[in-house]
Amino acid sequence: MRLFDKPAHVLHDMLVHKEITAVALAQDVIARIDEVDGNVKSYLTQTREDALKKAKAVDEKIAAGKEILFLEGIPGAIKDNICTKGIKTTCASKMLENFIPPYDATVMNKLYAENPIVLGKTNMDEFAMGGSTENSAYFPTHNPWSLECVPGGSSGGSAAAVAAGTAIWAVGSDTGGSIRQPASFCGIVGMKPTYGRVSRYGLVAFASSLDQIGPLTRDVTDCANVMNIIAGYDEKDSTSIKANVPDYTTSLVQNVKGLKIGMPKEYFVKGMDADVEKAVRAAVKQFELLGAEIVEISLPHTEYAISTYYLIAPAEATSNLARYDGVSYGERVDGIDIVDMMTKTRSEKFGEEVKRRIMIGNYALSAGYYDAYYLKALKVRTLVKQDFDKAFEQVDVIIAPTAPTPAYKIGSMTNDPLKMYLQDVCTVPLNLAGLPGISIPCGFSNKHLPIGLQIIGKPLAEDTIIRAAYTYEQSQKFHNEMADLGGVEA
Amino acid sequence: MNYEAVIGLEIHSELKTNTKIFCGCATSFGAQQNTQVCPVCLGLPGVLPVINKRVVEFAIKAGIALNCKINKFSKFDRKNYYYPDLPKNFQTSQYDLPIAEFGYVDIEVEGKQKRVRVTRIHMEEDAGKLVHSGNTIKDSATSNVDYNRTGVPLIEIVSEPDMSTPAEARAYMEKVKSILEYIDVSNCKMEEGNLRADLNVSLRPIGTKELGTKAEMKNINSFKAVDDALAYEIERQEEILEDGGHIVQETRTWDPAKGITLSMRTKEAAHDYRYLPEPDLVPIITTDEEIEAYKKGLPELPEARKNRLIAQNGLSSYDAESITASRQMAEYFDEVLAKGADAKLAANWIMGDLSKNLNAEGKTIENSPVAAKSLAAMIALISKGTISSKIAKTVFEEMWQTGADPESIVKDKGLVQITDTKAIEVIVDAVIEANPKPVADYKGGNVKAIGALVGQVMKQSKGKANPGVVNQLLKAKLDA
Repeated sequence: MRLFDKPAHVLHDMLVHKEITAVALAQDVIARIDEVDGNVKSYLTQTREDALKKAKAVDEKIAAGKEILFLEGIPGAIKDNICTKGIKTTCASKMLENFIPPYDATVMNKLYAENPIVLGKTNMDEFAMGGSTENSAYFPTHNPWSLECVPGGSSGGSAAAVAAGTAIWAVGSDTGGSIRQPASFCGIVGMKPTYGRVSRYGLVAFASSLDQIGPLTRDVTDCANVMNIIAGYDEKDSTSIKANVPDYTTSLVQNVKGLKIGMPKEYFVKGMDADVEKAVRAAVKQFELLGAEIVEISLPHTEYAISTYYLIAPAEATSNLARYDGVSYGERVDGIDIVDMMTKTRSEKFGEEVKRRIMIGNYALSAGYYDAYYLKALKVRTLVKQDFDKAFEQVDVIIAPTAPTPAYKIGSMTNDPLKMYLQDVCTVPLNLAGLPGISIPCGFSNKHLPIGLQIIGKPLAEDTIIRAAYTYEQSQKFHNEMADLGGVEA
Repeated sequence: MNYEAVIGLEIHSELKTNTKIFCGCATSFGAQQNTQVCPVCLGLPGVLPVINKRVVEFAIKAGIALNCKINKFSKFDRKNYYYPDLPKNFQTSQYDLPIAEFGYVDIEVEGKQKRVRVTRIHMEEDAGKLVHSGNTIKDSATSNVDYNRTGVPLIEIVSEPDMSTPAEARAYMEKVKSILEYIDVSNCKMEEGNLRADLNVSLRPIGTKELGTKAEMKNINSFKAVDDALAYEIERQEEILEDGGHIVQETRTWDPAKGITLSMRTKEAAHDYRYLPEPDLVPIITTDEEIEAYKKGLPELPEARKNRLIAQNGLSSYDAESITASRQMAEYFDEVLAKGADAKLAANWIMGDLSKNLNAEGKTIENSPVAAKSLAAMIALISKGTISSKIAKTVFEEMWQTGADPESIVKDKGLVQITDTKAIEVIVDAVIEANPKPVADYKGGNVKAIGALVGQVMKQSKGKANPGVVNQLLKAKLDA
């Protein structure tokens, strides 16, 4: 029996009931990596060495009649921009090619407390800048549903690993859609929590006011369980929210009766893929059938969200990435003096997209341009947020496509950064407003590529989102289908 | 043409918190290099700052003591520039919403009062320290960075350009130092870099209002350097203007060895700091209640203490100012008085022999070899007439050297003043006998001639004769 194709909650139950062993599970997922990761290329660094030893300890614990935690003994993967003590954390950049953090991110401490089997660090767009994982300085990751397509990004490695069964669960980060969009492209569940819900301590910063860590999982049940583990206030992150974390599994109920769902007309944009529109509109219908009330709403500033995002995120990035100068850690390219050394290091070790954004950010913050660009962007950000505030006076959640298209072919957009940026139109507004959102599978394109449905909630309303997502998921079961990578009787 | 200088100061003061501004690392001075560091102050990937609440408290206290308005909504910003002593290549500082604004400091120079306005006080982190193999980063083959100082909390106190002489600038800086010491928020040890100033100076023709082009001198870390650097710079600018030249807006360094200022960089080469609100920290909200509580918790400040010494102890404004300039000095003075010493005598001795000896040996009042109670005892001996002021100088010197108490010094060395009229009369008679010229002069109407006779008597009594008695006896005998 293969095990890699099952969600964590199923595997957890099987472990508890001694139907399987943690060793068998670890072996199976490792075998799966050996079978398919040569093609999918999800992992930048693998940490399988002590996996079996750890799994054996979990089995002994179960044999001794002890209770195990949800993720205990379940193999998972970590995006390579989350600091892991003693394990390389490269951000898929040449700049940090050999960087081994001396500390663990808060999220890692929380995950390690569950005693899972972490199999490695996953590929991403360099410093999380991109939406296709093509901006990795090492190699692109391939979409398990069609190897010639991108998995989305920037958490493309995490999404592809979960979709390919090379990890049962994963965590990623979402600055402008970097969890939700790859989840959509790979046919899995991905959640960006409310800004401040999950500690950012140890997440290598891209744009601090937008970044948020979240889970990528096979289904909504796993999403709720991983959220239970990673959410919560952290005194090391001043922007984390001091609020109780509800038990998200109590929201795993099939009930959307009377739930008011907003459908923003601005999200059904011209140029949107017909299959995506069809699938999303069908999902809306499905919600109606399930008893929800659909309300057409307007988020009038949506059209400015992309330009706002592409000023604020690079401005913060320019400052956050200034520390990579070759002085005390990371790579160094020698120069004739200190300025030459810094210049050469940054010129040679950053990739094109990172340099492009550093330049945009510097420009936006420069004397004489600050008011026209950065300050204006901050004001528009407030307007975008106010759109949502107003909408949420009428509705409980908002649904929209996650991305305007299904996964596209590798290399098909790399020469047109602007077109690539426009792909983020449905996801960036949430980051600007700090709102939680989930992407869940809602069907397939005519080429059988997954399509994602986005459900957006009020601040800290992850529970409502999970309830709506779970109800829909259980009524449709799109999540039960896994990518066919051959050789497997799934 | 006659010019007047326009001077403004930016004073940086390290706050005496136990831990750094954004992490839990220690701040002690002189620790082994790179031993007081952690991922946060090293700016490693992924770390986040957490504000040390004590820093905010100290900054607010400084704001109150410098008569500022405390901003109830304040925030941090990033000041972006590349330098190898700055691990993140940005300094977390405050830009448009500093913790305190619109204050003032009153100074007194040559008997004249002046109010210097304080523009703002903001909080920020200190940078690390470069250790070069050569003299500067440019002529060094290698440079190392000591990150112990990285993240040590600073407040920057910015003044309006309200000063017009080096003496005023110095008095202002001394007053600010004194206030920070009183409220106990900074060690203010200038030799350890706790307190340093950037001096901005420009010239304008006397009587005009428009400001001239300024030069800035960075990191001045002694009062002498404030005096000297400003004096040099004012002269330099005056010469340029006299010759019909123009001042270049620039940053200059003060070379104390050569006694000159040198150009560092011009305005054109100045950094564009690309300020950005610090997204990793939340705004600092301060309530009226908190401000009130801090206000109540502050000790008596130098100005109030000075006024008290004038009103209660009858000191002159100058003496009171000198005594209260340092909190430790003022406390020492209070202690001497508490032991019953006369206030004026105490002030004279503290500002005179005691300060002279302290300065000569580079000591501070806290480690004075002469304790307050010993000085009080010595002053009591003077007041009682046991020793003369002159003898007291010898006693004080002995106290300074040996730490012995004044009573035993006086006893052991036989320094008790002779007040016995008969014993003194014997010497007086002998002196009159032996000095016919001054005697004749005095009798001829030159009353000052008596001085020479008094001197002779004192000399022969080895300084032990009571000068009052000597005077009295001489006069009686010569006038008879």
